[in-house]
Amino acid sequence: MLWVMLATLPGLAAQTVFFGWGNLINVVWCIALAVGAEAAILKLRQRPLAFYLSDNTAALTGLLLGLALPPFTPWWVSAVSVITAIMMAKQLYGGLGSNPFNPAMVGYALVLVSFPVALTTNWAAPAGLLNGAPGIVETLGIIAAGKQTAIDAYTMATPLDVYKHEIGARVAEEVRQHPSFGEGVAKGWEWVNLGFLAGGLALFYLKIITWHIPVSVLAALAVMSMAFGSNQDLYAPLSLHMLAGATMLGAFFIATDPVSAATSHQGKLVYGAGIGLLLYVIRTWGSYPDAVAFAVLLMNFAVPFIDHYTQPRTYGHRKARRGIVRKNSG
Amino acid sequence: MRKLWDFSGGIHPPQRKSQSNREPIRHAGLPPKLILPLQQHLGSPAETRVAVGDMVLKGDCLAAAIGTMGVPVHAPTSGKIEAMSRQPVPHPSGMVDWCVTLIPDGHDTWCERHPMPDYQHRQRSDVLARIRDAGVVGLGGAGFPTSIKLHPPERDKVETLILNGAECEPYITADDVLMRERAAEVVEGLNIMAWLLGPELCVIAVEDNKPEAIAALRSAAGDTLIEVVTIPTKYPSGGEKQLIQIVTGLEVPHGGIPADIGTMCQNVGTAVAVYRAIYHGEPLISRITSITGNAVAAPGNVEAYLGTPLEYLLAQASLQSDRLDRLILGGPMMGYTLQSALVPVIKTTNCVIAAARGELPEPPPEQPCIRCGACSEACPMELLPQQLFWYAKAEEFEKAEHQNLFDCIECGACSYVCPSSIPLVQYYRFAKGEIRAHNDEQLKSDRARERFEARQARLEREQAEKEARREQRARAAAEAQAKKAEQTDNGGQPLDDRSAKTAAVEAALARKEQKAGKAVSDARKAGGQTGTTHSPGNSGSSRI
Repeated sequence: MLWVMLATLPGLAAQTVFFGWGNLINVVWCIALAVGAEAAILKLRQRPLAFYLSDNTAALTGLLLGLALPPFTPWWVSAVSVITAIMMAKQLYGGLGSNPFNPAMVGYALVLVSFPVALTTNWAAPAGLLNGAPGIVETLGIIAAGKQTAIDAYTMATPLDVYKHEIGARVAEEVRQHPSFGEGVAKGWEWVNLGFLAGGLALFYLKIITWHIPVSVLAALAVMSMAFGSNQDLYAPLSLHMLAGATMLGAFFIATDPVSAATSHQGKLVYGAGIGLLLYVIRTWGSYPDAVAFAVLLMNFAVPFIDHYTQPRTYGHRKARRGIVRKNSG
Repeated sequence: MRKLWDFSGGIHPPQRKSQSNREPIRHAGLPPKLILPLQQHLGSPAETRVAVGDMVLKGDCLAAAIGTMGVPVHAPTSGKIEAMSRQPVPHPSGMVDWCVTLIPDGHDTWCERHPMPDYQHRQRSDVLARIRDAGVVGLGGAGFPTSIKLHPPERDKVETLILNGAECEPYITADDVLMRERAAEVVEGLNIMAWLLGPELCVIAVEDNKPEAIAALRSAAGDTLIEVVTIPTKYPSGGEKQLIQIVTGLEVPHGGIPADIGTMCQNVGTAVAVYRAIYHGEPLISRITSITGNAVAAPGNVEAYLGTPLEYLLAQASLQSDRLDRLILGGPMMGYTLQSALVPVIKTTNCVIAAARGELPEPPPEQPCIRCGACSEACPMELLPQQLFWYAKAEEFEKAEHQNLFDCIECGACSYVCPSSIPLVQYYRFAKGEIRAHNDEQLKSDRARERFEARQARLEREQAEKEARREQRARAAAEAQAKKAEQTDNGGQPLDDRSAKTAAVEAALARKEQKAGKAVSDARKAGGQTGTTHSPGNSGSSRI
């Protein structure tokens, strides 16, 4: 788990460079809360603290939430998210290894639907725009003040959000005039996504994850985008889907959570493809500009089903055994 | 170069073979006593043919084979039978079993031997009988009776005979040194097997980490048709199913045997045992065992008489008790921790590891499974060990079976790579044991139910027959009565006497009928009371 945490560093660094101190502060706050919540519930469940805390999985959940939440998310919204993730989604199901849903995404989805304003208006404007990012003390002040919306001067809608809401009335050229896009695909966001991509490739190189889930997530997203969204004047282009929002964080760090993902290689391909497909569908036709949490959670529901039908062929068997267990007679 | 295939999964644990393969094979000599378990193989235990106090010669049969899967046990040296008793035998649980204790007389006098170097002019069945009588079993690990394996079902034709010299487990070098030093005997043994089976291809497969053995075999095989094949070092390449896949690209079908796809695997040590049985008339009385690990100062391979206590071999290898952490019988992957060093060498003892502290530590405490899938990447049988673990732990055995639990070869590759240090194989053994026990129980209760139902049917049938006979008698009597009455009416015979008799008979019949009816209802009542024991699933056999 330590390696997974380290692999998020390039992405976190890019977030800090382009969007200020918010994510870093969130990460520290969320990790502290996650470890604290884990310790508290382990104590309630009368489990050995040091043994279970040393697996670092609670810290990882905190880290992922810190990376995923908007930089100016009020402290108490993060707290609700983290505590839900650790206590409800993970420990109430029996702790590590027993949770059917990705804990971080349960926490994220809960606050996204409960506090939609806090989760959509608190994205920082990329560095160099407006007044740029506030300093560390100032950022800490905004988060600690606990207001649902941060000062307008520091925030800006995300490129995915802008594109989604403006493409209806304008053509792509006009939409891209919005400052959040910058020179490249999506100012700042492209580097954040490339950072997470680099970290994800490191995980693959270290054999901590296999290629199946990230590749199928990205491939399905790309196929959907090419099939339905080739007209940029109607839909967000492929480049924006790939390099904006939480695409790379989701594909390499969220969807690859082995506990809540499908098991076999083939199952992982199906699972990842489902996430990529849902990601595109919700982003394009749903109400939310980004959809990693919903896509992952929906596919978590499907995992037992996928596992039933993707059991690999065992040595010496002519074909794979699939489907439900047939009871032996007698 | 022969085309080779790969098997999926597999691991590369540290070899640690150079500890024990640097010295030539040493003869362990005669220990003060030999302990010979009656069951050293897969199959039914042998039945003793000697009595306490008997003097026996080297090679004498001490216990004869029972049943088709039986294998005899022979005296490794001449001496006196001191005891027949239950003693600790090599087993993970430290269990005791029946053993013959032999005190060597020091002369090592052979019994009369009957070599069969002209085996090619004999009947195949005679040669197979000789191999069986010599007590030869598979020396690679499982101890399957060799004569049975060499006699596959009629429908199967062995086209590829593979001699297994892979020896893929770390530490073990018994086969390595055997192939280096006795390559000619290996080849002769293979020739005998080939004569028995008539394969089109004979292959000796050796992992590429044994260049000396490969060179020795190549020169021994000379210009014969035997191919010495070098296979890549990867655990568990020496597993029968994996080796067949490497050499032929074929998979042994689920529930089948290698001969079903025209292949057969035999261990190189087994080939030597077959050679000695046929060419020298010698039964299997010794084997080569690696004594290794950091807690012995003089590791190496010894040729030890079967029955030699491991303690004796460890002392010869200068065991340093203060450094010893644990004794492992077999390799570090598939072997187990020994409870006692007093257990003897048996036919399948290929290695004893005296591990020093920190050398092969017990795994750290088990952590939760996070389904990372490292185990399924390592599994050579293409199973999903994480799913098997889940179902075994939850005791959902039906689902575990559906995930092909019984295809697991228990190689331990999954446990080796598990980042949560879960002893996965132990869970699978537990699940297999539970399922087998359940099936046995099921079989027993099915039989009991069948027996009960058969008995019930028989009783009912008897009752019905009785009833029918009685009715027939009653009808006959009534008819006779009617006839007589008619005759009486017609003939004007005296009535009084007759009618009195008829009344008496009728009364008796009525009484009898009443009695029979009562008996039936009594029987029904009794049946109702014991009804619970008749339901299937309960073995009510004692009541029947």
